[in-house]
Amino acid sequence: MHRKTIDVWVGLFVLLGLASLLFLAFQAGNMSTLSFGQTYSVTGRFDNIGGLKPQAPVKSAGVVVGRVGDISFDDKSFQASVRLDMVTDYKFPKDSSLKILTAGLLGEQYIGIEAGGDDKNLAEGDRIVRTQSATVLEDLINQFIYSKAAEGKEGSE
Amino acid sequence: MSNLVEIRDLHFAYGERSILSNLRMDFPRGKLIAVMGGSGCGKTTVLRLIGGQIRPQRGEVRIGGEVVHQLDTQGLYRLRRRMGMLFQFGALFTDLSVFDNVAFPLREHTDLPEELIRDLVLMKLNAVGLRNAHRLKPAEISGGMARRVAVARATALDPELIMYDEPFAGLDPISMGVTANLIRNLNDALGSTSILVSHDVHECFAIADYVYFMSAGKIVAEGTPDDLRVSEDPYVKQFVNAAPDGPVPFHYPGATLADDLGLGARP
Amino acid sequence: MIARFFGYIGCSVREGLAGLGFAIRNFFILMRLSPGAFRRPGLISEQIHFIGNYSLLIIAVSGLFVGMVLALQGYYTLNQYGAEQMLGQVVALALVRELGPVVTALLFAGRAGTSLTAQIGLMKAGEQLSAMEMMAINPIQRVLAPRFWAGVIAMPVLAAVFSAVGVLGGYLVGVKLIGVDEGSFWSQMQAGVDVRADVLNGVIKSFIFGIAVTFTALFQGYHAQPTPEDVSRATTRTVVIASLLVWGLNFVMTALMFNK
Repeated sequence: MHRKTIDVWVGLFVLLGLASLLFLAFQAGNMSTLSFGQTYSVTGRFDNIGGLKPQAPVKSAGVVVGRVGDISFDDKSFQASVRLDMVTDYKFPKDSSLKILTAGLLGEQYIGIEAGGDDKNLAEGDRIVRTQSATVLEDLINQFIYSKAAEGKEGSE
Repeated sequence: MSNLVEIRDLHFAYGERSILSNLRMDFPRGKLIAVMGGSGCGKTTVLRLIGGQIRPQRGEVRIGGEVVHQLDTQGLYRLRRRMGMLFQFGALFTDLSVFDNVAFPLREHTDLPEELIRDLVLMKLNAVGLRNAHRLKPAEISGGMARRVAVARATALDPELIMYDEPFAGLDPISMGVTANLIRNLNDALGSTSILVSHDVHECFAIADYVYFMSAGKIVAEGTPDDLRVSEDPYVKQFVNAAPDGPVPFHYPGATLADDLGLGARP
Repeated sequence: MIARFFGYIGCSVREGLAGLGFAIRNFFILMRLSPGAFRRPGLISEQIHFIGNYSLLIIAVSGLFVGMVLALQGYYTLNQYGAEQMLGQVVALALVRELGPVVTALLFAGRAGTSLTAQIGLMKAGEQLSAMEMMAINPIQRVLAPRFWAGVIAMPVLAAVFSAVGVLGGYLVGVKLIGVDEGSFWSQMQAGVDVRADVLNGVIKSFIFGIAVTFTALFQGYHAQPTPEDVSRATTRTVVIASLLVWGLNFVMTALMFNK
């Protein structure tokens, strides 16, 4: 086969591979939502982070405004210390609160941030004080059983 | 007449098995020298030592004054550009056409433009009588023709030294005659030195200037074809007359037939 | 008796190590001579055509069927937990992270690997490589290196095609055939497949597999004895060794890459 023809076929071959890769990146992957932007870090302490993992989203009003960075244990306060990498474009007041929520009933856990009312905004390295830990399923069930038992007692009295 | 290739005191072995011992050969410039002998006598090994594909345990091979096995890779490749080698059965590149096979050394080693290469290749193929077959692939031509294409390829760069490994093996009488003529004429036309390894007595004696006879890794006889035709050496006589038994035995050495059939035990 | 057994084990280990060292030495020779091969890109592109283009059909068809079967099986299981809208994510992750690179590498070893081994082995048997050496051309540089780099380039391309076609196959079966919601199919997939962690790691894997499989094929062919029996044994060795290498490397890379 002539050199030219072979080169054309090889070019098409590599192009096909590139197209497949781009398809995977954009259509199947999260390339379109990937933020390569600047971030600033804040921390928050929780009694229980449940199943929160690094890279989990930080959402406000349902929109992703940051990602969870490191998770470590603070052995002075015996709490979990979570670092959040917030997208620089989104500013939150200093008295914003953090909640660990679950996507769906049994889904992945993420952090919800609710804006407070302070004039001053969070800066790099700030610590968010108002945090609410994850709901642990077992505690919920225990609560439910006790409340049902209490009801039963009340009813029989 | 100076020697292009000189072999002195050459010893070669594969591990314990000695292949060549005490070899001394001269290959004068411009001559056609045949190295002959039975199968397994070590003649192909001599070619490979000259070409630098293997190294001797002792002794040296000199080409144009340089010791082959002392050359580094660059030097060895430089030397090989002045050599052409015909392998048994041709060793053509099966994925290339006849034209591309002959053009291969020209394209790899020279910067000549394609038009010039085309003319050179067609002239080389013309010398071997296969110019009109240049579009065919090796699979489409006969063994004899493939051998001739390989000759054209081996002489593409007009080498000073051409080596032929069993060029007549498996050819019909006509092809043999054609090939023999080709080898002789090319040698004279190019003024190069040719080394011919073969066991075809008739063809070699017809074209060679000098002949070395080898057996079991040693030279047992040497001389011009005329000398050897009337030689009294038993080995040469057996070879030239194609006698089945003589210094080279017919039977593979070992127990006798009587022993094998159990007849030896009887009184 | 026991001593002989240990002696045998010791000998085998030593042979194995010597073989490994020999292979690695050959690999470095190949690397050293590669720049020369890059000066002739025409040779490499010719080989990409023979190795890559000719494998495209089987890779694409395999990818399609794997994607379709993944969608079927995935649906049956996810349906039991009411999680069928995760189907897209399941299919895409399985393909991009594992099945794409690994299955492509195994198919490649079988199709292109054996053909390379046989070709090199037969060239050696027909003294073509010797003839090249005698013409002062290094056969490793002219014949082996272009084929090596062609394989290394072709493998990630083929793996990407496999995964992409597989995702499409999963879409055809999941959305068009079974009836999973099209929007959730793609959006859950996009939420779960990370370009850096998943797609890129898959590409890196297939690149490493390309190196391992192509080198094994060339090495076995180059060192086969010039007889039909040994060439055939060499092609078998190529498939076995390349497959084992792929599995081993995949395990190590998966453990390193996906360990959140």
